[in-house]
Amino acid sequence: MSQKNRALKLSALAVYAFLYLPLLIVVIYSFNDSKLNAEWVGFTFKWYDKLFHNREMLTAAGNSLIIATSSAMIATVLGTLAGMAMYKYRLKVLPGLVLAPIAMPDILMGVSLLLFFIMLNMSLGLISITLAHITFCIGFVALSVQARMSSIDRSLTEAARDLGATPWQCFRKITLPLLAPGIIAGALMAFTLSIDDFVITFFVAGVGSSTLPLQIYSMVKIAVTPEVNAISTLLMLLTLILITLVARLSPGALRS
Amino acid sequence: MLEIKEITRNFDSFTALDKVSLSIEAGEFFTLLGPSGCGKTTLLRLIAGFDQPDGGDILLDGKSIIATPPERRPLHTIFQNYALFPHMTVADNIAFPLRMVGCKPDEIDQRVAEALEDVSLPDKGKHYPEALSGGQKQRIAIARALVNRPRLLLLDEPLSALDAKLREQMQLELIKLQQEIGITFIYVTHDQGEALALSHRIAVMNHGTIAQIDEPSRLYSYPNSRFVADFIGQCNLLAGTVEQIQNDRVRVELKGLGPVQTVIPPNATIEAGMACTLTLRPEKIRISSTLTQDEGEVHLKGVVHDMLYLGDVTVYKVELANGMLVEALLANSSAGRARFFEVGDQVEVAWGFEAGHLVMD
Ligand SMILES: Nc1ncnc2c1ncn2[C@@H]1O[C@H](COP(=O)(O)OP(=O)(O)OP(=O)(O)O)[C@@H](O)[C@H]1O
Ligand SMILES: [Mg+2]
Repeated sequence: MSQKNRALKLSALAVYAFLYLPLLIVVIYSFNDSKLNAEWVGFTFKWYDKLFHNREMLTAAGNSLIIATSSAMIATVLGTLAGMAMYKYRLKVLPGLVLAPIAMPDILMGVSLLLFFIMLNMSLGLISITLAHITFCIGFVALSVQARMSSIDRSLTEAARDLGATPWQCFRKITLPLLAPGIIAGALMAFTLSIDDFVITFFVAGVGSSTLPLQIYSMVKIAVTPEVNAISTLLMLLTLILITLVARLSPGALRS
Repeated sequence: MLEIKEITRNFDSFTALDKVSLSIEAGEFFTLLGPSGCGKTTLLRLIAGFDQPDGGDILLDGKSIIATPPERRPLHTIFQNYALFPHMTVADNIAFPLRMVGCKPDEIDQRVAEALEDVSLPDKGKHYPEALSGGQKQRIAIARALVNRPRLLLLDEPLSALDAKLREQMQLELIKLQQEIGITFIYVTHDQGEALALSHRIAVMNHGTIAQIDEPSRLYSYPNSRFVADFIGQCNLLAGTVEQIQNDRVRVELKGLGPVQTVIPPNATIEAGMACTLTLRPEKIRISSTLTQDEGEVHLKGVVHDMLYLGDVTVYKVELANGMLVEALLANSSAGRARFFEVGDQVEVAWGFEAGHLVMD
């Protein structure tokens, strides 16, 4: 019994190591006082300092945040509606259409969106990137909301109506709070997907606007500098803060 | 007060309710009783407004409520799983119907406190439903449904999730509550004992139709069909044909047992040659070892096949000449004399002419 337990613990440890060791190495090297990712020389903040004086990097980061926030917000609203419709009406075609972008190869999405934007005579930039991100984020939110929706007991919404709630009050007071964990999870997923999307963004970004992944890519083309490590570390920190915030704001969300 | 007129509900090609009609009086404890799948929940959902009928009408005080959405019907439902909102405290759950109609906060607080008092859980207001036991959840669900005084309360097997002891206690509480507040109850159950104990009137349902509507004692004594006789309580069913009718008596030829006399059932159309069933409650059958010659009784010979000592009574199963087993109850009235007969004993089975109740097939 205890042997089985130990094996379980060990394998869990191995999985965590596999997931987090590479990240840890990035974090460590971001504080390394050496231009090479080879040996530990000494502790420094200078890469961060350099990062914060890198105009291009700052603009790219700003773009990424704007795009991720707005596309996550819009995709969350649309995805929630789609998820609820998919649950309620047992549709045949719509779920497939909503979910297809998840399975579709990014490169295909990128090319087709690019062609589409050109056809519409749209200038490429922040707006085209945001629109593209919304399309692939909706599916994830819809899935997450639909899954949550099917775990809500139908008698709860019926009870609310029975006790005097109009359909809208029932949605506000019962459905929405109970759906919240699914919606928040979907929104978070959308935000992270948007912030680290490379392929699709690459196609629809045009020339003028860059996002963090595009910027990092253009830097890495030369070499993986400690500056890249620093920006990656900051990205990780952001994600961590977000998750902690979610846990704080709605304690029920992570419990169930 | 509530009138249901020829309500029909089809699910695809399956008819869950077939022209069901009944009317319920104000202040009544009315029960829908029937085997699983007979359409009780379907009917209750139509009354509550969660579902729409394919035909017929539902009238409340003479006005159709078919087009009224559930939130505007002056009735509440107690769900089998209680349906307490998990993300709200007990107090917020009870306050919910009051908030929906825009009560003032002071009034809400006061009425919630009263409601909690009424169900003897005054200090549970701040708890979440998950922290309550089954019986407590049940009480909170009742408090929530009654807090804004509906005209009608619909209860769908509200006690089926509770253990036997708690169920009995809640049954008593329900009766008391219903008497005190005088709200009409429509109660759904498939437990005939519960139905007999609680109700003023019972509608026995079968396959989407109503088999019989009556008071518990009349339902028990005068079932109108083989189905009702069998469903309510224990019953011996002896098949036969009507042979002759004279005055208030009928002579029935029981299959394999010969002719017996019985009384004409109330409100029955009966003719010679009709197939019928003589229903006999076990407690109305007498068994004895000596042959008696009472003129007003039916006498049949039998052999004790089986017996079950239950403490207060002993149940005997006696095999008759046609191989059929009839059940009879013998009260164990004097201590130490629990067993009157042994398996294999020759006995005489007897019942009075008016003890059996005849139903037409
Ligand atoms: N939404 C539905 N779609 C299809 N069939 C349904 C639906 N609701 C109920 N039925 C069918 O209608 C019949 C009656 O169902 P109902 O739930 O009213 O039974 P019930 O008398 O409440 O039974 P139980 O005692 O098991 O609760 C059942 O055969 C059921 O399968
Ligand atoms: Mg049911």
